[in-house]
Amino acid sequence: MAEMIVELVAVERRLWSGKASFVFARTTMGEIGILPGHEQLLAQLEEDGVVRIDGVDGPPTTLAVHGGFLHVTPETVTILAESAEISEEIDVARARRALDRADHADPVDTAAAKRAQVRLRVAGEAG
Amino acid sequence: MAAQIRVLRRRIRSTQSIKKITRAMELIATSRIVKARARVLESRPYAEQITAVLTELASHSALDHPLLVAKENPRRAAVLVVTSDRGQCGGYNNNVLKEAEGLYSLLREEGKEPVIYVIGRKGVNYYRFRNREVKMSWTGFSEQPSYLDAAEAGRVLVEAFTADDDDENGVDELHLVFTQFKNMVTQVPQARRMAPMVVEYVEGEPSGDIQPLYEFEPDPEALFAALLPKYVGARLFSALLESAASESANRQRAMKAATDNANELIRNLTLESNQARQAQITQEISEIVGGADALVTTGSD
Repeated sequence: MAEMIVELVAVERRLWSGKASFVFARTTMGEIGILPGHEQLLAQLEEDGVVRIDGVDGPPTTLAVHGGFLHVTPETVTILAESAEISEEIDVARARRALDRADHADPVDTAAAKRAQVRLRVAGEAG
Repeated sequence: MAAQIRVLRRRIRSTQSIKKITRAMELIATSRIVKARARVLESRPYAEQITAVLTELASHSALDHPLLVAKENPRRAAVLVVTSDRGQCGGYNNNVLKEAEGLYSLLREEGKEPVIYVIGRKGVNYYRFRNREVKMSWTGFSEQPSYLDAAEAGRVLVEAFTADDDDENGVDELHLVFTQFKNMVTQVPQARRMAPMVVEYVEGEPSGDIQPLYEFEPDPEALFAALLPKYVGARLFSALLESAASESANRQRAMKAATDNANELIRNLTLESNQARQAQITQEISEIVGGADALVTTGSD
């Protein structure tokens, strides 16, 4: 099976790196699925989005990615994120609280609510 | 005589308690260096990748962004100085501030007016004491900076940098003064220009080969505008982490010296107080002997 080297780096640490067969992400233009041998691409991801990486060994990894960029070459995929969380690490209760607390009239809060929603979606809970 | 011993004992006791404090601070600083260095290492992949992406973007599209092209006659240059919040760290703040002063005079020689931004309480106090204007300052995170702190400062700087020419808050250049952590014994204050940036092309690029075309989503200009604040934020963040590591290293060294000095002082004071005690005993004995002799002499008369 064809594979490519995938790296997901957040500002404070490297979250995921290894070989993968498929990467799914959402750019500002729409959804994108990347297979090995994809043409070169530089894209901005949705402000708060979901990224799925199908590693060669092990189950697919789902991550919540905030403020990310996608850099694709035929052999590698790099995802740069301001912050990111792997689904298992997400504190569902905290995300839910953040969502409940957010006041939708306030733009800062709306952004926080969107972040919380994405985190819940990644964690497998309906947001 | 007894008063002298009492004074000496008191000094020994107070030196001992000072020593406890400096020793504790030394240990804390030591553990913080290790943590800060680990964070520097962890943040490196992002910094490398974002620089690579920017370089890629700049070399594949003819961009005329102010970040890449220097303005013809820059008038104002923003200088961000990274200092510490707390003292007790030897020459750390002094060195950074001295480096910053050097940069200011250099900028003035080039006909640019420096605009000062400060991180850290010590830097704020330095400029306030000298009645110098500080455009903006951030405090409270010098020892354990988070990316959000860096992003906030970065946002303000990028806003000033991309402001219109006639905006009085606008600046034409961004400079950063921080302390580079080389190793445990060497930390060097550094002045770097963040913008306009010098794109470093990868060496040994195949000449003549047609570069594979990139697809950009959205268009290169929009991508660049989105990447720029992140890039400045990442640069700032790594500078903050290095400064934090340097600060702890400086503090550790200063506190080690203080602890050593306290030990030395305690030794000397103990010696002195023992001598005083001996002298007192000797004196008392000679007084008793002298008194007894006097009694014997008067009795035999």
